[in-house]
Amino acid sequence: MPDRSFAPSRILIYLAVSLIAAAWLAPLVVVVLNSLRSNEEIAQGSMIGWPQQWAWSNYAAAWSGFCVAETCAGIRPYMLNSALVTIPATIFSTLLGAIAGYAVSLWRFRGDNWIYGIVTLGLFLPQQMRLLPWTIVLRDIGLINTLTGLVLIHTIQGLSFTTLFCRNYYVAIPHELIRAARIDGAGFFRIFWRIILPLSGPILIVTVIWQFTHIWNEFLYGVTFTTGQQQPVTAALIALSAAVADIPQHGVQSAAVIIAALPTLLIYLLGGKYFVRGLTAGAVK
Amino acid sequence: MAALSIRALSKRYANLEVLKGIDLDIESGEFTVLVGPSGCGKSTLLNIVAGLDHPSAGTVEIGGRVVNDVAPKDRDIAMVFQSYALYPSMTVRQNITFGMECRRVAKAEQEKAVANVAKLLQIEPLLGRKPSQLSGGQRQRVAMGRALVRNPLLFLFDEPLSNLDAKLRVEMRMEIKRLHQRIGATIVYVTHDQIEAMTMATRIAVMHQGSVQQFADPDTVYRYPANLFVARFMGSPPMNTIPARLEAASDGPVVVVGAGRPDEVRLRLRGYDAAAPFVGREVVFGIRPECIAEGSRTFSSDAPVRVEAPVELVEPTGAETMVLLRLGGEPAMARISPDIRPAPGTSAAFALDTRRICLFDPETERLIA
Repeated sequence: MPDRSFAPSRILIYLAVSLIAAAWLAPLVVVVLNSLRSNEEIAQGSMIGWPQQWAWSNYAAAWSGFCVAETCAGIRPYMLNSALVTIPATIFSTLLGAIAGYAVSLWRFRGDNWIYGIVTLGLFLPQQMRLLPWTIVLRDIGLINTLTGLVLIHTIQGLSFTTLFCRNYYVAIPHELIRAARIDGAGFFRIFWRIILPLSGPILIVTVIWQFTHIWNEFLYGVTFTTGQQQPVTAALIALSAAVADIPQHGVQSAAVIIAALPTLLIYLLGGKYFVRGLTAGAVK
Repeated sequence: MAALSIRALSKRYANLEVLKGIDLDIESGEFTVLVGPSGCGKSTLLNIVAGLDHPSAGTVEIGGRVVNDVAPKDRDIAMVFQSYALYPSMTVRQNITFGMECRRVAKAEQEKAVANVAKLLQIEPLLGRKPSQLSGGQRQRVAMGRALVRNPLLFLFDEPLSNLDAKLRVEMRMEIKRLHQRIGATIVYVTHDQIEAMTMATRIAVMHQGSVQQFADPDTVYRYPANLFVARFMGSPPMNTIPARLEAASDGPVVVVGAGRPDEVRLRLRGYDAAAPFVGREVVFGIRPECIAEGSRTFSSDAPVRVEAPVELVEPTGAETMVLLRLGGEPAMARISPDIRPAPGTSAAFALDTRRICLFDPETERLIA
């Protein structure tokens, strides 16, 4: 039996951990509480306080009633925008990354390590550095201010990460599997589809969670390349605070923030367990 | 007809020459074992035959057709891997039919082929299972089934037994041999285990440092090893190889071990005419442990040579007693009767079978006679 008595060192550890957790959770608590307080209540008191009356109407307003950029449909259309960007970009970047990772790990070809190095170099390039090249590319192919343009950016930028992770997962797969399949007469894509993909569950969950949260939460490209009705929800939230600059509407804003954060929170709650498992899947055999 | 012909085959990686001009002709129906220590190039050779690797020079012919530029799947071969390489997400049945599926064999035909192979290997109850639900021996069987179902011109085995425990290895060894006898397939089998080579092969190619040292049937390889490497590699424990001197006597050459010492051993050779040019020179004298036995042993009709020799170490194995002794001052292993246990530190009588002695040239290390 492990020792469960409360030695002084243990109390100290619990105290420290609780403090750190409280510090991390404080912003969330403030936002959640404010999302349930009316504007008057916040204006009279401070930003921090317990709701005197539960103002559930904030959520309804944030979702579909509030005015952003001269349209009064709440953040619902922007949530849809975000979904239309995030879901395809997550699927494309994960699939392409899996194929690329499979190619560089299990099929030796001339320059494979160079290609892998260049693809993963993308992870270390700061986002700001890529703004100008993307502006030129999107302008030239006519995708400025479109959701398709954002899908393209996130798919390609995501490849660095998904290729890295899939490749590191696939190098643990014995090469003899590929050799056996080649003798059996299977080609590159049949081997991927029938043998490699069915083994990829854990790593695909990792990349999907990672890509989904990153693309959903991404702000810079959204605010740079789209305006008005085409913006993803992260960019729209800023427009929302700008629109109410004259009369602060902290309650509604807080509710909007929570709604915007829900999808990634849900993904984490549903898949978090697999996420941690998948991250270490290659490490421990 | 030659099922497999390898001509002047070489392979180099950057500065490393892995295969140096290999020539092999393997007849249809033969069970050829490529044996050698790790790094001798045997697996590379097998991979080149399979088409999974490319030679730097030379040709590979399978069934009379040069296949250098033919893809692995079109070479009419099947391969069994060391790790079995079963597709983890497929059932045993799907593992076996995957190749036929790739070649677009009709479903009914696939079913029939699976049923035949499953019956042959007695894996019918396993067809619905995944590889992770199988034991080592069962996986081995399924891997063979996947190869057999193709009915190829040539089977390639890459150390298929080295992942099994000792007991299972012996069982599977017999099973593979039985299978070969039954279906008469042409097999090229790679192993580092000389016992596997001796027990299964119809011909053995002993490889070392990228070249074939000897290519012959097991008895020849064992009795007349082409050089010192083969002599020391084949057999367990290996052949004793002892520096000696060849001297002339009235009725033929005499091997002298420890010349000039009080315990020098003189062995008269009969029928070693090829050794004549070496009379008066240094040679390496080779004798298998089983040719040194307890003093009372008589090897067939010939009167054996008897010597007194000091005993250093005794290793009883149950089936026999291994004795490390000093022959003319040189260490040698003897294989004597299990119930005889000479005491270490004492002297004992040994009988030597001089008809099966090998002589090697110390310069070239080649077999003289």
